[in-house]
Amino acid sequence: MNLVWLVPALPLLGFLVNGTVAFVRPKTKWLVSVVGVGVLVASFGVALLVARALAQAHAEAPVVFRYWDWMPVGSLQVSYALQVDALSAVMMLVVTGVGSLIHVFSVGYMHEDEGYARYFSYLNLFVFFMLTLVLGANFPVTFVGWEGVGLCSYLLIGFWFSEKVNADAGKKAFIMNRIGDFGFMVAMFLIWQHTGSLDYTTVFAQAPTTLALGGGVATAIALFLFLGCTGKSAQIPLYTWLPDAMAGPTPVSALIHAATMVTAGVFLVARANVLFALAPIAQAVVAGVGALTALFAATIALKQWDIKRVLAYSTVSQLGYMFVGVGTGAMAAGIFHLATHAFFKALLFLGSGSVIHAMRHAYHATHAHEDAQDMRNMGGLSRFLPWTATLMWIATLAIAGIPPLAGFFSKDEILGAAFARGTTQPVWYLFWALGLGAALLTAFYMTRMMLYTFHGPNRTGAREQVHLHEAPWVMTGPLVVLGILSAAGGVLNLPALVGGHFWLHQWLEPVTAAGAALGPAPELGHRTEWLLIGVAVTVAVVGIVAAMRALDLTALVPARSAAPETGLGRLLNRKWYVDELYDAVFVRPIVWLSRNVLWRVVDVGIVDGAGVNGTAVVSRILGWLGTRLQTGELGFYVVVFVVGVVAVLARALK
Amino acid sequence: MYDQSVVTVLLVWPLLAAAVLWLAPERLAKHIALAAGTIEFALSVPLWWRFVPAGGMQFELSRPWVSAWGINYHVGVDGISLFMVLLTTFLVPLSILGSYHYITKRERAFYANLLVLTTGMIGVFVSLDLFLFYVMWEVMLIPMYFIIGIWGGERRLYAAIKFFLYTMFGSLLMLVAILGLYFTAAGRTGVHSFDYGFLLANVGSLGTAGWWFFGAFFLAFAIKVPMFPFHTWLPDAHVEAPTAGSVILAGVLLKMGTYGFLRFALPFFPAVALHPTVQAIIVVLSLTGIIYGGLVAMVQPDVKKLVAYSSVSHLGFVMLGIWALTLQSVQGALMIMINHGLSTGALFFLVGMLYERRHSRLIEAYGGIAKVVPLFATVLTIVSLSSIGLPGTNGFVGEFLVLVGAFQTYPVAAGIATTGVIVAAAYLLWALQRVIFNKLDKAENEKLPDLSPRELVVLVPILAAIFWIGIYPKPILSRMEPAAQHLIDIVKPAAAAATR
Repeated sequence: MNLVWLVPALPLLGFLVNGTVAFVRPKTKWLVSVVGVGVLVASFGVALLVARALAQAHAEAPVVFRYWDWMPVGSLQVSYALQVDALSAVMMLVVTGVGSLIHVFSVGYMHEDEGYARYFSYLNLFVFFMLTLVLGANFPVTFVGWEGVGLCSYLLIGFWFSEKVNADAGKKAFIMNRIGDFGFMVAMFLIWQHTGSLDYTTVFAQAPTTLALGGGVATAIALFLFLGCTGKSAQIPLYTWLPDAMAGPTPVSALIHAATMVTAGVFLVARANVLFALAPIAQAVVAGVGALTALFAATIALKQWDIKRVLAYSTVSQLGYMFVGVGTGAMAAGIFHLATHAFFKALLFLGSGSVIHAMRHAYHATHAHEDAQDMRNMGGLSRFLPWTATLMWIATLAIAGIPPLAGFFSKDEILGAAFARGTTQPVWYLFWALGLGAALLTAFYMTRMMLYTFHGPNRTGAREQVHLHEAPWVMTGPLVVLGILSAAGGVLNLPALVGGHFWLHQWLEPVTAAGAALGPAPELGHRTEWLLIGVAVTVAVVGIVAAMRALDLTALVPARSAAPETGLGRLLNRKWYVDELYDAVFVRPIVWLSRNVLWRVVDVGIVDGAGVNGTAVVSRILGWLGTRLQTGELGFYVVVFVVGVVAVLARALK
Repeated sequence: MYDQSVVTVLLVWPLLAAAVLWLAPERLAKHIALAAGTIEFALSVPLWWRFVPAGGMQFELSRPWVSAWGINYHVGVDGISLFMVLLTTFLVPLSILGSYHYITKRERAFYANLLVLTTGMIGVFVSLDLFLFYVMWEVMLIPMYFIIGIWGGERRLYAAIKFFLYTMFGSLLMLVAILGLYFTAAGRTGVHSFDYGFLLANVGSLGTAGWWFFGAFFLAFAIKVPMFPFHTWLPDAHVEAPTAGSVILAGVLLKMGTYGFLRFALPFFPAVALHPTVQAIIVVLSLTGIIYGGLVAMVQPDVKKLVAYSSVSHLGFVMLGIWALTLQSVQGALMIMINHGLSTGALFFLVGMLYERRHSRLIEAYGGIAKVVPLFATVLTIVSLSSIGLPGTNGFVGEFLVLVGAFQTYPVAAGIATTGVIVAAAYLLWALQRVIFNKLDKAENEKLPDLSPRELVVLVPILAAIFWIGIYPKPILSRMEPAAQHLIDIVKPAAAAATR
């Protein structure tokens, strides 16, 4: 376990090497690939060793490693410290494991990009910050990772910065995340004020005694932390940056905007489960926002044509599920879904990358300027990309919740927990119902995406078809591994119902026990559990079948000749006009106010104009009056003198 | 030997060098100035090791100057001034090197002014005699006036005069207040002395006069900070000043206001400074500076003005931290004073380097230049991120400490101030995007040369400091902690005693 520092240090080393190469020898490919992928795989190896050591140690308390005093000021003692415990071990393995696969995929995907070294340096830096986030032993160190991953996300979304939309998307992501970070910071101030520490072990040990259960302070802390989560994990109201983030290279979407960074909020709630358990109102907010986001984002996904945008809204929606889980207090269920989602969503994104790769090559070969990501230009691709199609179908069934694939178990556990909490607090029935509704839509839009992409007649173009082919093995290989994980990931936490032992649940026990003790979860009977499973599976099947029945694949025309949407379809396609709303209500008024009122009127006009230069003008007028008085005429002076004397006398004699 | 003389050497050396410069040939001027500045820095470095954190005022030297009036040449350094002195000696040689291509006329005079300015700035930070302090305060005003007025941009005279009148207005009031303190103490003890320690111990309770004196100090310092609404000289001065002028102005001169509050306004007038009304006014003005400064910065078409308004925002954090008067917030304020000097200094260097290449400070003149000048773009990105307080860089440490500390005293105000981190991200990233990202659509920008080795030598030390302070600020924090604690210990009880 002493080696844990290597887990983040190796990717940092990779960043430094590749960052240097990017300046010195920007054309170099092999060194960058070896270093970029090598450090990740090595980091994964060390992470495995650390996790094994943790398992053997049977440690109930986190193992904390302090490296140096970071901000020691009086009673505020913040050190740079990492902690190994059940939760950070799971996260570390997901990040480095899935991260390694995505790095390998990137070697193929980015091979022809002129910014190859720069790309890998950013990607390595991202992994470094992500590991800092999950391994941090106190709030500020986690915050270093928290903002650091935001930075890398910013750099990678805007990786092709010459297009203004990409640079815009990066900036939007960073600023919306900063709104969330504001919440994270205020939460830290409150925590320090009320517990006198920012170290996880101290805070979580102190909180149940110093903070009143359900009290205002605990609720405020939890809600401010959750504000941070809504930014990082793209929940209502701060979700709009994530779909735009698809402007980045597709492996980035898979790694940062699906598998790892966006799940940081879920991780944070699980990490601070004690604080949330002390604030039942905040828990309801977390679960409620999660459930609403799950459904809302799913509706938008129904009508997107860009394959990556479908997946982006799907990610927002699935993150909502995770928040339902951790908001309900079912920390293990939330983290379970985080892990399985990392598998199948990474697979879906990389698969879409494989599709886009093929489409781009085809259009490039014929010099056509068509949209390589628009599903209306695809169709029937399973003939050209059989591996990708098969693997993506596995992931689709997994996300739809078809047993026995990974997503079925994790989603079912979340919905079950929400339903169980409904037995004591009925509002959770509503969250369960929203989640179920989202599951129906998920099955529908995912099937829609698969049908439009891989089945029916091909709409790419006759000349382009010959150039469509499967990606090289360096790209397909990682897909196969993720396919296996998506299919079998459920074994991580098989429920007792099917003879499992809730392995992940047991593993996370040391971390989640303190929070669980504050609010024990209600249990459901076996009959009810079977019933819920039946309902969930039925919903998923209905969604898939409905999509197969309702969608007419032969009626679809290429994007260029497609008619614009109308009615509800248009509303969904335009994402309920939320971006336009934010723009009209926040962005434009603030910029307008700053420019035309604060700057031009208040600053230049009033403070500087009337105040400062006004003073100058007044003193000039006084000076002018002064010179006027010096007329040189004796008579005038006498008159003024007399008037003055009279005035003085009059005042003195009164 | 070193301990007693170092401060005096730091004050005299630049003056000597300036005198030599007058006699030197024009073409050697910059090299001589650079050598002098570097030696000055080297002379100051041992301060870091010789300084004893718990030792209070150190490196002291006191000699009678005008005995009849009780004026002494009394200098010294404590945990507050140590870093201001080091920041000054660090930035001066970089400013000289950064001016190598920018300043092409009357080089001798320019560098001589810069060196005299150095003496004035260090003098302000080390003076322990209020008369000496006042003299130094004025000494530094004049070379700065010339630097803006002679080597500045098109509206340089307007900007220079505005800068001069503003500062002069404040400092004259301050002189009156200093004399007030002097005569009050003399009346009470029969001893005439401008000595800082003597006055602090003997002015006693001032009653109503304390309000007037505080008001005078407040104006002098608030203008320098600059606090809203006394800030409008700053954008003009920055825009017109040559690069070195902007760097020194933002890096060092702005700190004199906040330093003045820490050294004089708070210790001399604790009861007034911590009066609820005064607290409310200062907190509101600080918040206004933070948010308003950021929003106005966001819409500036001129990069230099943008950075100038961002200074108003940063210094708002410093004022909030000082007035919150907790150990964390005061140390955070001191950290921001250092960090702002580094990050904003670096931003002005970078803007100056762009200006030398394209002769435009307008954001819209650029776009997409990361493609042609990747090194420049990388440095600009790092410096911008440090300015918006990304953890791992220096900016975060200062902001975090101020906010976490201020939250204990003024929770609502600190919460509002925290939204400043959002505004900061908005104005800097938007500007960054329009300068280095987007399409490279202007033909003039296609052949821009990337950073030269000389420019890298200017920037790399600052980058190193940005990361060092961001990752391991402990050596700095531990050196300033006793001084910050001492300030709180003398101000808080005095204020409490006065209200009782």
